[in-house]
Amino acid sequence: MTDRFETAAQILKDHQYDSAKLIPILQKVQDAFNYLPEDIMRFIANELEISPAKVFGVATFFAHFAITPKGKHILRVCNGTACHVKGSAVVINAVREKLKLKEGQDTTEDGMFTLECVSCLGACGLAPVMVVDEVVHGQITPQQAVELIDNVIKAEAEHGN
Amino acid sequence: MATENIEKIANDYNAAYKNITKRVVICGGTGCIAGGSLKVYEAFQEEMKKRNIGFSLQITKGCHENYLSLSGCRGFCAQGPLVSVGDIFYTKVKPEDVAEIVEKTLLKGEVIDRLLYHNPVNNQKAKTVDEIPFYSKQKRILLHDCGRINPEDINEYIAHGGYAQAKRAYLEMTDEEVCKEMIASGLRGRGGGGFPTGKKWEFTRIEKGPKKYVICNADEGDPGAFMDRSVMEGNPNAVLEGMMIAARAIGADEGYIYVRMEYPLAIKRIRTAIAQAEKIGLLGENIFGSGKNFKINVMEGAGAFVCGEETALIASVEGKRGMPKVKPPFPSQSGLFGKPTVINNVETLATVAKVLEMGAEEFRKIGTLGSPGTKTFAVTGHIANTGLVEVPMGTTLRQVINDVAGGTTDVDGSVHPEHFKAAQIGGPSGGCLTTEHLDVPLDFDSLKSVGAMIGSGGLVVMNQKTCMVNVARFFLEFTKRESCGKCVPCREGTEQMLAMLTDIVEGRATLKTLENLEDLAKAVQKASLCALGKTAPNPVLSTLKHFKDEYIAHVVEKRCPAGVCKALAHYEIDPAKCKGCGMCKRACPVQAISGAVGKPHQIDSKKCIKCGSCKSTCKFGAVKVGA
Repeated sequence: MTDRFETAAQILKDHQYDSAKLIPILQKVQDAFNYLPEDIMRFIANELEISPAKVFGVATFFAHFAITPKGKHILRVCNGTACHVKGSAVVINAVREKLKLKEGQDTTEDGMFTLECVSCLGACGLAPVMVVDEVVHGQITPQQAVELIDNVIKAEAEHGN
Repeated sequence: MATENIEKIANDYNAAYKNITKRVVICGGTGCIAGGSLKVYEAFQEEMKKRNIGFSLQITKGCHENYLSLSGCRGFCAQGPLVSVGDIFYTKVKPEDVAEIVEKTLLKGEVIDRLLYHNPVNNQKAKTVDEIPFYSKQKRILLHDCGRINPEDINEYIAHGGYAQAKRAYLEMTDEEVCKEMIASGLRGRGGGGFPTGKKWEFTRIEKGPKKYVICNADEGDPGAFMDRSVMEGNPNAVLEGMMIAARAIGADEGYIYVRMEYPLAIKRIRTAIAQAEKIGLLGENIFGSGKNFKINVMEGAGAFVCGEETALIASVEGKRGMPKVKPPFPSQSGLFGKPTVINNVETLATVAKVLEMGAEEFRKIGTLGSPGTKTFAVTGHIANTGLVEVPMGTTLRQVINDVAGGTTDVDGSVHPEHFKAAQIGGPSGGCLTTEHLDVPLDFDSLKSVGAMIGSGGLVVMNQKTCMVNVARFFLEFTKRESCGKCVPCREGTEQMLAMLTDIVEGRATLKTLENLEDLAKAVQKASLCALGKTAPNPVLSTLKHFKDEYIAHVVEKRCPAGVCKALAHYEIDPAKCKGCGMCKRACPVQAISGAVGKPHQIDSKKCIKCGSCKSTCKFGAVKVGA
C-alpha cells in the first residue's frame, strides 16, 4: 500500500501545487480516501502554503465534501421538488427509521450505510427516486425502500465482505 | 496548429452517412438511463450480432447500413426508455422488446403497436414524434438536435452546420459586430436574471485586456430543473460553440465550464466534446487561422446552490468558499482572478450560434417583443408528461401544462386538468402561479408583473392534493440549508422563516406568526446581499398572497386542508368501506390498529405516528386522512 501522504502529494503534483485548484484537489483526495481526513487536509494546507483554516473552510462549505468516513453503502434519496411533491419525505422517514438513524446522524453505527438526501438527481420523470450504490430505483414506495435495504443486508450476510 | 477544414469534415460525414439506410436512436439521457436504456442499447448490439446483421456505432467511411446510436435527452422522460427506428418512435422499451423490434421493425419495417405512444386524450396511438402533442406543440430550436444527433460525435454536429457560426465570428466579423448582433437580437440570459446577453458582452469587450475569461454557468441547482443538463447531455457542442463566439466577442482566450457534480453524464459528454474539438483544432491555438486562441477548462462544482450566483461561482473557481460579493464591481469589470469575465448560462450559450445563424431580425420574430426567442422548461410534478419542453417566450401557462405536457394528474396518474392548483415557477427563488394566472404569457416581464419569475425554467405542477404551506416550507428548508452564511438577513432570516413555517405546519402558530412571517420575508427580500437571499422569501410571499386561507386553516383551525401536514393529519377508517381484512393492522409499524377479522377496524390516534402505511396498503380505500 502506498503511503497515504504520497497519494496526497501526487494529487498536489497533478494540480501543479496551485491553490486556486483547491476544490479539484479536495475532490481527488475524497475519491482516494472516501472522505477528507484531517491530517491530509493539514498536509495540503502546508504544501499549498495556505492556512489549514482555509482548507477546512472550503471542505465544510460544500455539500459534496465529507469530513467523517462514509458508510460502505450509499443510499441517496432525491428530495428535489418533483420527488418532494410525489412523496419523497415518506421514503426518507422510512429509511431513517429502518437504519435507526438519530437526528443529525447520516451514517449507521456499524458504518454499513450512509443516507444522503440530495436535491434533484435530474430523473424527475421517475419521481420519487432512490439510488442504492449508483443503481437508480424509480417510483419508489417506503416499503420498497426498506426491501432494498434488506436486500443489501442479506447480500452482506451471505458474502461477508 | 490551425483548425481543420470543417466543410470537409461535414462533406465526409454526409458522404459516409449516405450508406445508412436505418438508424436506431436510443435515448441516453439521465432519465432514460435510469429507466434502463443502456441495457436496451446493449440488447440491440447483441441481437444484431446474433442475427449477423451488420451495424455501426460510429459514422466512418464505408460504415454499415444500420447505425445504432445513443442520443441525449429527448425530453419525454416519463415515457422512457425511448427508441426510434427511422421515423417510428417507441416508448417504454425494455431489453426484452429488442428482439421483436429487430425482427419486425428493423428488418421488415412493421410497426409494433404496443410500443407506440398512447395518447390518453384521444385514445390514439402515435407512430412518429410529430403525431405526439408533447412534441408537435413545441417549438424546438435549441433542442432541435437534442435527441436526434449523437452527442459524442462532433462530426455529426458539424455536418448539421455546427461551428459554421463560430467560424464566421472569428473570420468574417469584428468583435464589435458580434456584440451588436447579439444586442439587436434581444437575447436575454436564460439563467434567471434575464439580463440582455449582448450588453453583458459589450460591457466586457470594452474593458482592457489582454486576459479575459468566459464562464459557462452549468451549476443548475434548482431542484426540479434539468434544462441545462439535457442540453449538455444532448448537444454539448452547441455550448462550446456559444462559448467560442462569446470569447471572440469579448476577446477572451480562456474559458471555464462550471458543472455541478450531480451531473456525471453531462460532465462526461462535455469533456468528450472538448477533447474532440481540441483534436481538430476548434479549441486551442490559432483558431480557424485567425491567430486567436481559446481553451476551455471543466470545473466540477462541489455541491453548493449559491454557486449559481455569478460572484460565488467565481470564488469557487478560484478555490475559495463559494460566497457572493457585493456588486459593483461586476464580473465584466473584475471577475475571475480579477480579470474581465463574462458569465452566461448553458441555455443562453447554446442559443448563441442559432441567433447568428438566423440573424437578429429572424430571431426577434419568435417570442415576444421584450423577450425574444424560445425558452425551455422542465415540467415536473403532478403532470401527465414529465419532461423537457421548449416553447416560444410568451406561451401561456395553460398551453404549456395542458397542450404540451398533457394536463394535471391525480396521485394515481389519471389526467384531470381541472384539478390544477398551482405551478411553482423558477424553483426556490420563484413564485407560484395559480388558476388565475393560467393565461399569463410566460416571459420575463409578464411574470415579473404578477410577482413570479421565469427563473431558470423549472416548472413544478401541483394538484389540489398539495399543501401550499408545506411547499413553501420545503423551499425554505432548501434555501436555509443553502444559505452561505455571509450576510445576516439571509443566514438568520431563512432560519427564522423556516422555524415559523414549521410552527405553522405542526400546529403551534397563531395569526401573529403569519404577520411576523410576512414582515420578515419582506425584510430578507430587501436586505440580503445576493439573489439567493433576495429571492428566498418569494415562495413564502407568493403562497401567502394566493393561499392565505390555507395558512389560516393551519393556524386557526389547526387543520391542513390538503391533508398533507402530518402533525395536523388524522387517520380514520371508514367503517362502511372496511372489510376487516387486517392488511392495515399488519402494515402498521406501531400496532395502532385493532379490530376483529371481518369487522371494521379502528385506529388509535394516540398511538398513530401518521406514517400512512395503512392508507397505502388498504385495497378498499377505507383509510381516510381527515383534517
